[in-house]
Amino acid sequence: MASERIPILKMGEFLLVTIQGEMHDSLATRLQTELLEKVANSDARGVLLDISGLDMVDSFMGRMLSTIASMTRIMDANTVVVGMQPAVAITIVEMGLSLPGILTAMDVERGIELLKNKNRGRLSEHG
Amino acid sequence: MASAQATENLTVSKEDDLVLVRNRARFHARQIGLGLVDETKFVTAVSELARNMLTYAGAGQALIEQLTNGDLKGVKITFEDHGPGIADLNLALTDGYSTTKSLGLGLPGARRLVDDFQIRSSLGEGTLISIITWKR
Repeated sequence: MASERIPILKMGEFLLVTIQGEMHDSLATRLQTELLEKVANSDARGVLLDISGLDMVDSFMGRMLSTIASMTRIMDANTVVVGMQPAVAITIVEMGLSLPGILTAMDVERGIELLKNKNRGRLSEHG
Repeated sequence: MASAQATENLTVSKEDDLVLVRNRARFHARQIGLGLVDETKFVTAVSELARNMLTYAGAGQALIEQLTNGDLKGVKITFEDHGPGIADLNLALTDGYSTTKSLGLGLPGARRLVDDFQIRSSLGEGTLISIITWKR
């Protein structure tokens, strides 16, 4: 179990993380650390978290997603959660789980668009 | 009276068991023909309660049952632990209340996801929680 890893791929200026199958708590915690290291050690301008393979998001995983989003923001990169299954979205809302600070998009393509727009906005703010 | 058709008893004593309980709960939810949304809500509630039990009691048992009540079919899971128990049930069922650093959504969140939610707890003796989702 300990050897299980979640691959973090570099896609241009963004990092793509595809979460699939069973999300063990320890795997979630390790992903946080590895992702932040990768953000720090690359010139990534954003992170895409693809959760289309997750058939459930409970409050522990929700909190992990929010934490990743706030941490990457401090490190000057936005995080977009993409591909949430409809049944998962309904469950999250009905249980009352709010995901503060999380940007969402339907799929990876739209997630990239969203990140690009965010980054452009940031450049003009500083410009 | 509802009668139990198929039952399965699982021990929850480590983190990996959470995955097992979720998977078995999903299996039984599918067997009674729950729709995907109800299945997801049930499994998410199971995940919250199983993690709660692990966090606060260290270990416990999970009993999954397929129920039949006339034409109605349902899936039920009962979590029983011999942990410290819950001092104030009303408080524990309040959104955002937590004695650890969690979001405090475990019990109230799980309750909102299912049709029936029962809880009994006595200090020093343990906690028993059962939830049921009926097939619509």
